[in-house]
Amino acid sequence: MSETRIQDRGEAETLRDVPHHKLAAAADKAIRGGVARPVAHDSAARHVTGAAVYVDDIPELPGTLHLHVATSSRAHARVAAIDLAPVRAAPGVVAVLSAGDIPGENDCSPVFHDDPVFAEGEVQYAGQSLFAVAAVTREAARAAAALARIEYEDLPALLTVDDALAADADLLPPHEMRLGDPEAAIAAAPRRLAGTIRVGGQDHFYLEGQIAYAVPGEGEDVLVHSSTQHPSEVQHTVAKVLGVADHAVTVEVRRMGGGFGGKESQPALFAAIAALAAKKTGRPAKLRVDRDDDMVMTGKRHDFRIDWEVGFDGSGRIAGAVFRQAARCGYSADLSGGIADRAMFHADNAYDLRAARIHSRRLKTHTVSNTAFRGFGGPQGMIATERVLDAVAFALGRDPLDVRRANFYPPGGGAVTPYHQEVTDSVVSEMVEELERSSGYRARRQAVRAFNAGSPILKKGISLTPVKFGISFTATHLNQAGALVHVYKDGSVHLNHGGTEMGQGLFVKVAQVVAEVFQIDLDRVKITATTTAKVPNTSATAASSGSDLNGMAAKAAAEAIRGRLVAFAAAKYRLPEDRIVFLPNRVRIGNEEMSFPDLVQEAYLNQVSLSSTGFYATPGIHYDRETASGKPFFYYAYGAAVSEVAIDTLTGENRVLRVDILHDVGRSLNPAIDLGQIEGGFIQGLGWLTTEELWWDEAGRLRTHAPSTYKIPTANDRPDDMRIAIWSKGENRAETVFRSKAVGEPPLMLALSAFSAIVDAVAAAADYRAFPDLDAPATPERVLAAVEDARRRAGFA
Amino acid sequence: MPDGQSLDITITVNGEARTVVVDTRTTLLDALRDRLHLSGTKKGCGLGQCGACTVLLDGRRIVSCLTFAVMAEGKAVTTIEGLAQDGSLHPLQAAFVEHDAFQCGYCTPGQIMSAAGLLSEGRNGTDDEIRDLMSGNICRCGAYTNILAAIRDVLPRESGR
Ligand code: FES
Ligand code: FES
Repeated sequence: MSETRIQDRGEAETLRDVPHHKLAAAADKAIRGGVARPVAHDSAARHVTGAAVYVDDIPELPGTLHLHVATSSRAHARVAAIDLAPVRAAPGVVAVLSAGDIPGENDCSPVFHDDPVFAEGEVQYAGQSLFAVAAVTREAARAAAALARIEYEDLPALLTVDDALAADADLLPPHEMRLGDPEAAIAAAPRRLAGTIRVGGQDHFYLEGQIAYAVPGEGEDVLVHSSTQHPSEVQHTVAKVLGVADHAVTVEVRRMGGGFGGKESQPALFAAIAALAAKKTGRPAKLRVDRDDDMVMTGKRHDFRIDWEVGFDGSGRIAGAVFRQAARCGYSADLSGGIADRAMFHADNAYDLRAARIHSRRLKTHTVSNTAFRGFGGPQGMIATERVLDAVAFALGRDPLDVRRANFYPPGGGAVTPYHQEVTDSVVSEMVEELERSSGYRARRQAVRAFNAGSPILKKGISLTPVKFGISFTATHLNQAGALVHVYKDGSVHLNHGGTEMGQGLFVKVAQVVAEVFQIDLDRVKITATTTAKVPNTSATAASSGSDLNGMAAKAAAEAIRGRLVAFAAAKYRLPEDRIVFLPNRVRIGNEEMSFPDLVQEAYLNQVSLSSTGFYATPGIHYDRETASGKPFFYYAYGAAVSEVAIDTLTGENRVLRVDILHDVGRSLNPAIDLGQIEGGFIQGLGWLTTEELWWDEAGRLRTHAPSTYKIPTANDRPDDMRIAIWSKGENRAETVFRSKAVGEPPLMLALSAFSAIVDAVAAAADYRAFPDLDAPATPERVLAAVEDARRRAGFA
Repeated sequence: MPDGQSLDITITVNGEARTVVVDTRTTLLDALRDRLHLSGTKKGCGLGQCGACTVLLDGRRIVSCLTFAVMAEGKAVTTIEGLAQDGSLHPLQAAFVEHDAFQCGYCTPGQIMSAAGLLSEGRNGTDDEIRDLMSGNICRCGAYTNILAAIRDVLPRESGR
């Protein structure tokens, strides 16, 4: 039956029976590309040929203008005078935009109305947007911007966590979680320790920088192509800045060249400026941010200072712990509240602290407003926990693994977190036991000790650390997602949902889910660009929730259509619904079989709707801020890693020699994609903890704003020997999509094993007589200083 | 650019002679992307530090963001779009698909062109050497294991040493 046949406006009521397609023999087997298969990334062929289109690759429309954003050179200053006349007069300039040109609200913040698109009167960080130039070329825009005459009157600037603590500069109110009476527990414990650890931030360095391309439409309408993890928020921000309704703005993104959290709130500024320029000039406008500008202008992972105290017994069992976390938020709130919360939610990592106080301060500084970065504060919370465990083990002269094990959340439940959620799904003991065996941890620890005894310059260290990561947005209402599925008359499927693709393989995973529901081959499901016009009011693709939420929403949409097909077939063939069974690429109806497209065509001819939205909201999660308690997480994802490292005690250089990883992804939707996430997460975490150092000068200017000064792991920094396994027993006890678990963020924290191993190696340099005082990142300078400090304290000459 | 000097240059791009008008300061990357609409070559940093813009110039790999277009005059440039022959993927492209050697894909054209350079420069080598030779190409997604495995598949093994 031809396509035109069923579209034909033929005579009334002359529909003939649909001639059924011959069922292919291959259809007897499983479908190609269902769930749990290691299917290649949907864009694989396009990626290797250069045909994958990113925002900057969309063919430019005639008349497209290019934008450059001029920024503050001061950390904190009053803008006494600003003269843009020379900018306007420069060749090629079509428009110059500043605060006065904004028809709506001069704000691109996600929540708190504290991120002006263009600063007015006062600047609060070096790199803050002041005005933008739209010109015929990018070079003309940049050259013109440099002609502005700006007079600043400097104001005192707070640049570091310690500056802010000294000035009592809280940006947001502190928060505290409390379990039992930790102070009393610590006081009563046989042993006590206290310390401080500082951990640096991290630049996302998504390989595709921030970019937005705005195309003006009729009336108030504008279409914005934005490289964003959060199209709905970009839509809302653009509407707010333009002073129009959300429905006038469409935001679309097919894929990003990496996001890592840096394209959650940060793209709003660039999209708003591009849209403003487009509406102002009536011409398409593109803002592609240069790499240096991107690194200077956009927020990073929060750096933290964490002070800790712990009480424990002779076996290392913790009786109580106190963590005081201080986060550098930068000049505005952005997502800092949620990030600092998540750092608190992970101050226990996988350990039952029994009594705990987690205190958090969110500090204001005159630096860029820090933002989401894979792990969203969790890694910073955990690093202090792991430091505590290392310190306790060192004080007792025990293997840190034994001390860790003594404190794990028990598998049978019963223990609660500092925010009073019972941990019922702890598989950490079992996983660690398996990894200890498969990695040969004990023997290798012996070997490391033996090596160190005979090696005066090079020292090795080894460590096994666990990860327990809470899955769900901690702002409960964000745990919702929508999807839109169409089945066309030929049985091919169009899939859309609110999630965005940044390389994590979300699109292929969700498509696998839909293929599974319909029992059709994956190539029958078309993956389409995320757009606010198809699925509205979406949450950011963040918090590792992409597949959990969008997978469920797409599943619901597909199941709704499948349900209609079943009801139709049951009625037509007078069979109970359970006699209609979806088999690979076909449907069994009673004793007959029909291809999926044939059933679809019959349904169409019988006026059955073949399109559905789907919606999902995570059930049963909540958090009460007043009492700092609740069940903010639907479930936990677990993992563990063993890292073995070597340091050079003369230079501080360090290297990971081998890493063994065992990670829990529940029942993997796609093992190939999940393995990539685990490995990539580990490497990114390793960069954060060892080589990636952000450095601001005394004037508050970021001096590490290119890969030449900011060291991102290369092929050479990858550990020589990486052995990664997905935990074969993994299964999600919570009802998630096909019992899978989220995988985006948790593996990043596996890299804490490398940091602990470096601490172990530094201890070796002082003959295990002083516990190292090492902050992150463990750059050669810091390792060298820690070696010298430990040796001094150990009484080395 | 307003004060630069415009020139007509001819570059053989993927086997085809192409004439473009460029400013003396136009980079080869911009000429490829903006003038010739070959958007497969990516701009990651524009500073010669990430490798995303790697192409071959007379068979040798270069970062096109640090190469002036005029320097390619009369020479042969190969980009990712020119690698597949007669509709079938270059062995490196096939190996990258086979090994899932990407996540976001933004570094992929540069990685593949860099590896193609190793081939055309007649390199072979140990895993260590390949890693070293590929260390100018950042993959922020951290897909290095699979990238190296894909290249390993295609590059000749070093013949003893
Ligand atoms: S864009 Fe050329 S090296 Fe980064
Ligand atoms: S795949 Fe994303 S940068 Fe390499």
